[in-house]
Amino acid sequence: MDYAGYKSTALRHPKQQLIALPHRLTEVSGPVFGDDRIGEFDNDLTQGPSGEAIGQRIIVHGHVKEDDGRPVPDTLIEIWQANAGGRYRHAVDQWPSPLDPNFTGAGRTITDKDGYFRFLTIKPGAYPWRNHPNAWRPAHIHFSLFGRAFTQRLVTQMYFPEDPLFFQDPMYNAIRDERAAKRMVSAFDYDATEDHWALAFRWDIVLRGEEATPTEEPHA
Amino acid sequence: MTLGTTPSQTVGPYLAIGLPWPDGPDVVPEGTPGRLRLYGRVLDGAGDPIGDALIETWQADPDGKFGTAFRGFGRCATDEEGAWEVFTLKPGRLGDGQAPHVDVNVFARGMLNRCVTRIYFADEDNTGDPVLESVPEARRTTLVARPDADGYRFDVYLQGERETVFFKV
Repeated sequence: MDYAGYKSTALRHPKQQLIALPHRLTEVSGPVFGDDRIGEFDNDLTQGPSGEAIGQRIIVHGHVKEDDGRPVPDTLIEIWQANAGGRYRHAVDQWPSPLDPNFTGAGRTITDKDGYFRFLTIKPGAYPWRNHPNAWRPAHIHFSLFGRAFTQRLVTQMYFPEDPLFFQDPMYNAIRDERAAKRMVSAFDYDATEDHWALAFRWDIVLRGEEATPTEEPHA
Repeated sequence: MTLGTTPSQTVGPYLAIGLPWPDGPDVVPEGTPGRLRLYGRVLDGAGDPIGDALIETWQADPDGKFGTAFRGFGRCATDEEGAWEVFTLKPGRLGDGQAPHVDVNVFARGMLNRCVTRIYFADEDNTGDPVLESVPEARRTTLVARPDADGYRFDVYLQGERETVFFKV
């Protein structure tokens, strides 16, 4: 939970030993959300109140499964991201890059019966932050998933292939197992691009099995 | 075959763009009989409020059941005072010796993983609860919400003398 390279962790991680929580009814169950949580266009982030958002239009799609390969259907996915210039629509983000009146940066969808999801959005830009001198976050999209059980809850970030900023990013590098870190990186998917419309990136998400026993996080 | 799982990353400072819902704190709507307020603050290791955290709650219905029409899930972003609140019904006993409890996720900038804790209720009989008993006695009190005029109070201390008990799931 503590990672020296990411300064904000210092006062925000438990110092006492975590206690193993056996997986009983509360942990092996989880909230179920239906289509009533989702508007028809919630998986399209490119349409603003006065026109289209500016930037490179991209399809982000993939498959949600458990670690045994079973798909996770009907699960809520929520995303949020910076705009093409790397600026978030948030009072705390004040760096000199323009806001786009047609881009809120929030989207949501529910996986289909086979566990697949699809968003249409704008490729986010990189942005500076104050963690270390000349610190830049690699372009990323925040993802939140529920899975089927409390134990499967996951909030993470999707990155783009071969981002030159990975080397200095403490969030990416907090995942010390390189193979695990690469699982946060999407793949360019030429077959899913749409001619004269959008590029495409594929990102499959693997949730831990719902019956898994408590273990140390592999990257903790 | 076991696939490698996707690692967790922090929610970052801008979770308010994507995660809060207008009805997030309302596990049950206003006017529901038995509706109670769970509330508290989230504090960092310096004792300062965390104004960019998110609390999520998950619990059984008043009969101790899951999978019923009861939503069971609450979500509230903290304000600049670190304060959160969720309006819900008291969960029932689960029938396996567990006292009424609410599972809690804490997310915030600066947290690479979620922190998981549990809320028990000071006005319930919590003796014999197997999870509570697995916690060193001196620290159990950090898991117990206390009733007062404003609801049931549950503060989350990420560090320090009163550090909340967090679980590995």
